Amino acid sequence: MNKTSQQTLPDERGYFGAYGGRFVPETLIPALDELLAAYESARVDPAFQAQLANLQATYVGRPTPLTHARRLSQQLGGAQIYLKREDLAHTGAHKINNAIGQALLAQRMGKHRIIAETGAGQHGVAAATAAALLGLECHVYMGTVDMARQQPNVYRMQLLGAEVLPVAAGSKTLKDAINAAIRDWVTNVQSTHYMLGSALGPHPYPRIVRDFQSIIGVEARRQILEAAGRLPDLCIACVGGGSNAIGLFHAFQEDAAVDLIGVEAGGSGIAGGVHAARFSDPELGRPGVLHGTRTFVMQDANGQIADTHSISAGLDYPAVGPEHAHLRDLERAHYTYASDSEALAAFHLLCKVQGIIPALESAHAIAEAVKRAPSMPKTAVIIVNLSGRGDKDLDTVLQETGK
Amino acid sequence: MTGVEHGLPAIAAMFAAARAAQRAAFLPYYPIGYPSYTESLDAIIALAELGADGFEIGVPFSDPLADGPVIQAATQTALANGITVRRCLDAVRELRLRGVMQPMLLMSYLNPLLAYGPAAFVRDAKAAGADGVIIPDLPVEEAAEWAAACRSHNFAQVLFVAPTSDAARIAAVAAQATGFIYLVSVTGVTGARTGLSADLAGFVARVRSRAGGIPLVLGFGISTAAHVRQIEQLTDGFIVGSALIKAAQGGVAGVRAFVTELRAP
Repeated sequence: MNKTSQQTLPDERGYFGAYGGRFVPETLIPALDELLAAYESARVDPAFQAQLANLQATYVGRPTPLTHARRLSQQLGGAQIYLKREDLAHTGAHKINNAIGQALLAQRMGKHRIIAETGAGQHGVAAATAAALLGLECHVYMGTVDMARQQPNVYRMQLLGAEVLPVAAGSKTLKDAINAAIRDWVTNVQSTHYMLGSALGPHPYPRIVRDFQSIIGVEARRQILEAAGRLPDLCIACVGGGSNAIGLFHAFQEDAAVDLIGVEAGGSGIAGGVHAARFSDPELGRPGVLHGTRTFVMQDANGQIADTHSISAGLDYPAVGPEHAHLRDLERAHYTYASDSEALAAFHLLCKVQGIIPALESAHAIAEAVKRAPSMPKTAVIIVNLSGRGDKDLDTVLQETGK
Repeated sequence: MTGVEHGLPAIAAMFAAARAAQRAAFLPYYPIGYPSYTESLDAIIALAELGADGFEIGVPFSDPLADGPVIQAATQTALANGITVRRCLDAVRELRLRGVMQPMLLMSYLNPLLAYGPAAFVRDAKAAGADGVIIPDLPVEEAAEWAAACRSHNFAQVLFVAPTSDAARIAAVAAQATGFIYLVSVTGVTGARTGLSADLAGFVARVRSRAGGIPLVLGFGISTAAHVRQIEQLTDGFIVGSALIKAAQGGVAGVRAFVTELRAP
């Protein structure tokens, strides 16, 4: 892969432009140094890379397909929409790409216990899976609100041998699960690896997670050249912490003609402040520090972290990965949002016309394609990252549709 | 301490006085707004009368990731009571007016301070009568902007070392911290513990040999008179937080009873 200026970020202090860095208690800094050193050596170790590639091929099921969504494209009457099928990866979401990579790193560092946070439960399931595969002990922190709305994933994690630790503090969602995981890590730092699930947190997490997820874009770029004979006009992905999006975007970053679009959770609308659209609401979203990284954070005028809302637990988070904030500054990527109801409509549409039940997170990205495709020529090409499958969301969708 | 300038001189005078009395400085942590704004000020005044040498004044943050359950809960109460950074500066001003002379260092996580603005915060905190700032999620590598602001106001910038910090990190912290270095006694979050780390003396000695004379203050887990006896000869000061907040559930009387017990010879 060509290494160019943007692709070599972050810098030595973990910054992507003005964002990133390390803002955690001193106790954790040596563990972050240890993780960085382990990652640097693993990255250039052919044995590690071979082991990772083998598990990706024989366990995760990579490469995942790129599906031409013909009926969806036809119905919208414009651009050809291709879906990168991360929903077909083992455990049903892209999260496994990072979980396997970090589990191998944990093993390499001699840490026998992993902890993880989870919102929608997809990262928790991926962490539990990777831990079972490699024989590691696994504890997953999950907000009680998220446990209620993602019950099937709680049961999956338990079946896989992980212990799910309920977090009833604060908003009882992903943010508080991360707080709890960091508190656990600070206490058990010698024995434990914190398997952070998104491209956020203190350096080197945003980089490690991006690198493990960048296989999405590497495959998609090759696949679209085969399938369409050209690069896409647009790449669209939903953005919570932003790991599936950065994973798709990374391989296209130097392709100036490819527009990169991140879709945040618009919740019940920007005006009322009931959403998780960090980049789209200047009232609430502005640079700050949360969970170890400087980035866009939803907060009140006094710097207290704001409550967020999304129909999808995986997007319901007040901060965003620092590299996204940088790509936005550079205007290399653009960020928009889809509301709960737009995401639900896109969810139903994809079920009916393509026979694919998407995760509610991914449905936000589909919603953006639905908005854009009709006004684009039929020769135009859109790749949407279908980051996960929607089985976990059936209860939520039934409840919302039954309203 | 009358007549000593707030900031670094006041903190130096505090350690000098404690050293002259052959004891470690007692620095209670108390959050503004717990259980209410008024009662928190009353508790701090009671502590000042009970012989506190200085204060770590808690500024609430919604996501206090270095704190255990007791301080988390107190923080939530303070936020529910509408406490902001600005209100905490009001509290410092009011405490000075009500006769509290001891150094007061404001402890806050970074984000509320960034929202206020580092330079503005240091200027306004100093003007209100505070002496320094303690930011648990600001490691030395990220502290340059704060160091500059603090230096220009002779305001203490306390930095942390932990049992996991190696020699190079201890040296880097010692080179930048002013006022004192905050030694985290254990790997973990704040909260009362039955026993302190077995290797505490070794840890303190390891830091002392690289600290270049800057005072060392121990915190996290200190909750009993036995703990105080164990550390009094090791460090220049100690911080008590969670155990004190628990005691404060019994009002000012609870605070008095706790401190009397803690300071029993």
